[in-house]
Amino acid sequence: MIPTWGHFALALGFAIAVAQAMIGLFGPNLRNPAVLRAAPALAIGQFVMLAASFAALVWAGVVSDYTVKNVAQFSSSTTPLLYRITGTWGNHAGSMLLWCLILALCGGVVGVFGRSIPTSLRARVLGVLGLVSAGFLLFTLTVSDPFVRLWPPPLHGAGVNPILQDPGLAVHPPILYTGYVGFSIAFAFAVAALIEGRVDAAWGRWVRPWTIVSWCFLTAGICFGSLWSYYTLGWGGFWFWDPVENVALLPWLTGTALIHSAIVVEKREALKTWSVLLAIATFSLSLSGTFLVRSGLLNSVHAFAVSPNQGLFILVLLALTVGGSLLLFAIRAPVLAASGMFAPVSREGALILNNVFLCMIAAVVFTGTMYPPFVDLLFGLQLSVGAPFYDQAALPLVAPLILAMAVGPLLAWKRAAIMPALMKLWAVGLMSLLVLAVVLLRGHAIAALALAGGVWVVLGALVDLGERVRLFRVPLRQSFSRLFSVPRAAYGAMMGHLGFGVTVLGIAGMATQVHVITVLHPGQGVNLAGYRWTLERVQDAPGTPAYAARQAVIDVTRGGKHVMTMLPERRFFTAQHTTTEHAAIRTNMLWDMFATFAGEDKSGGAEFRFNVHPLAPEIWLGGLIMALGGGISLTDRRFRIGAPSRKRTPVPKPAGTETA
Amino acid sequence: MDRSLLSRRLLLAAPLGLAVAGGVGAYALIERAKRGTYNPQDFNNPLVGHRVPHFALSGLPGQQGFDRDALVAMRRPVLVNFFASWCVPCVQESPFLDRLAKAGLDIWGVAYQDKPEATALYLAEHGNPYRRLAMDPTGRTAINWGLYGVPESFLIAPGGLVRWHVASPLFPDVIETQLEPALRKIT
Repeated sequence: MIPTWGHFALALGFAIAVAQAMIGLFGPNLRNPAVLRAAPALAIGQFVMLAASFAALVWAGVVSDYTVKNVAQFSSSTTPLLYRITGTWGNHAGSMLLWCLILALCGGVVGVFGRSIPTSLRARVLGVLGLVSAGFLLFTLTVSDPFVRLWPPPLHGAGVNPILQDPGLAVHPPILYTGYVGFSIAFAFAVAALIEGRVDAAWGRWVRPWTIVSWCFLTAGICFGSLWSYYTLGWGGFWFWDPVENVALLPWLTGTALIHSAIVVEKREALKTWSVLLAIATFSLSLSGTFLVRSGLLNSVHAFAVSPNQGLFILVLLALTVGGSLLLFAIRAPVLAASGMFAPVSREGALILNNVFLCMIAAVVFTGTMYPPFVDLLFGLQLSVGAPFYDQAALPLVAPLILAMAVGPLLAWKRAAIMPALMKLWAVGLMSLLVLAVVLLRGHAIAALALAGGVWVVLGALVDLGERVRLFRVPLRQSFSRLFSVPRAAYGAMMGHLGFGVTVLGIAGMATQVHVITVLHPGQGVNLAGYRWTLERVQDAPGTPAYAARQAVIDVTRGGKHVMTMLPERRFFTAQHTTTEHAAIRTNMLWDMFATFAGEDKSGGAEFRFNVHPLAPEIWLGGLIMALGGGISLTDRRFRIGAPSRKRTPVPKPAGTETA
Repeated sequence: MDRSLLSRRLLLAAPLGLAVAGGVGAYALIERAKRGTYNPQDFNNPLVGHRVPHFALSGLPGQQGFDRDALVAMRRPVLVNFFASWCVPCVQESPFLDRLAKAGLDIWGVAYQDKPEATALYLAEHGNPYRRLAMDPTGRTAINWGLYGVPESFLIAPGGLVRWHVASPLFPDVIETQLEPALRKIT
């Protein structure tokens, strides 16, 4: 009965979304304030309906209601409760519902917290969100219904894909989706601004916090995903340039560019058209990326099986959303007031440089991801683009980005000089060169460059803070008290840069990793990175009804002293006839030690891969710092008290120029 | 008509053009997927049916590598195997490569993005099935060959034509169902 209610709530949510779109988009022309006030209420109502619907699907999973096809296919009686819940969104139809739920949440949040936004703009934003929502809800209701019923129900479910039985899966998709879908708000603001024909400083101020929220989630989501593949796949890699990873990285790159360009809109009323385009592009990339992977057009290990008919439906939705907004952009953007000019050496100049590099990196990733299907289409060649391409094409673009990252925040607005900024960084530069020289002498060219870059960015961010509190120029006590008057947004920016630097340090450390692949018999050992790794024995490990496990006991010693015992496992999932490797990972936040149990041979030998990854934990620590930085900047006073009232400048009428 | 406004309009319509092109392409791909003529999960290498591309790689220090001409000059089929010392599936594949080598197949190895000492150690530990060995430290040759990952193997017919390719370890089932039929076709 409950799944039926869930289905009903889903249909009701669709109806509300249609009403929200109509009222939001056409209401502002009616000049009836009462109509406009309905938009936020509808947005909240749509969220409540979808939340109820989603709860019903989760409930069906929890009680193992096999009359629901989705549950029967992706759950089983041996599946633990946690994975019965997470299994709800571990499949195509369920994850689509989660996707729609988060989209409705975005609308609801704008409805509740968007009081400072002018009523008509807010109604239009909600209208755009409602329209997108209605499209995807129609998809969910018609061709990808998570509530399809089975009768008679099967006795046992098919079970969750073993590789997805992981706590990481519980948090990863919802966080990542919130990141993706959150950009819909910036997108809606951009489209609403195009409809109104006006972008000003206040627009930049409204768009930025929403963009930062979703950017935080996307950063955290990408981090979790990378961490998940790092410890679940046990191969000691953290980024594989898989299409799924790339389509998450693309909106992250353009979203990061948008966060920066919106500052310029807010402070200098420049880069307006560009920011609108970035907002549209970021959400479009989120959308098309997810769905291209879904539709099976890109080759990926993560692809859900989707029928071509669903693919076509999605394509039509994408054409309407992406194509429609870009068409609106092509028609309306030329009449947006052109931006003012400014000096290349200035804060805004540095922010533009940031945008240029971020978008070029995005273009590289985009090309690499889209190249294989399109070359196949045009020339009938089947090929794949792998890590070597990305490493060689993106690295030359990341390097200047890193160099500029420490300098930019030290430049003043409007007109700045480059020398004073560089003077403030001389000590940092010296440190970086020192690191470069030391590591270079040890023969790691790439690691040396990356380490020096990481040090440069991290210390550069600290210098920025030091400048703000006038460290060493006023007494220390005064500097300390100044710490409390630095705006939170500045702290956020500093942490964002610092976190990026820490991630770069981690990636650099990974480049110096050492490992050994070896076959050991009990009692034998191998030396790696100053440790002695000895296999004591291989034993059966406690399994669960879902899998049986074999476990190796590895004794790790240093200088004859016992350091720790590592227990890597191999798990055999009986229902799916698959084996997964569960690496034993120990970390002290400065380096990771990995033991992977790769297999046993008949002679009693067992095959292992031991890795030592210096600085690897910093990759994700940096991501966490970045996301936290975004969170801190959101608490800035400027965002809490809301934007100042908007100047009532007359709307530039497009009619005269439309015929041009 | 104001020229600058026109060019501005064209510039601002460019994203739309890009999106439309992308959409049309995606539509064509979906249509082909429906007819079953497009499957991205297939790792068909573009080289299959073509001559091997130009390359010249050195070997381990003090040993000779090989280049395209050596490969093309061969009178017997050659299995070119890309591997690396840091790759676990390569280790799992190695006993089967040994068996193939003992059965008389010419196997030439390319060590992909590997250090010479690591490769030497790897071969000492897991056996060396390779008649000839070349090092591809930069991975340039691997890009030209359209490598997806390691291990990957290419069957080269006399004259340098790539006849067959697999992007997975050469486990017995792959050897039996794919490699051996392909070999029979050549000889």
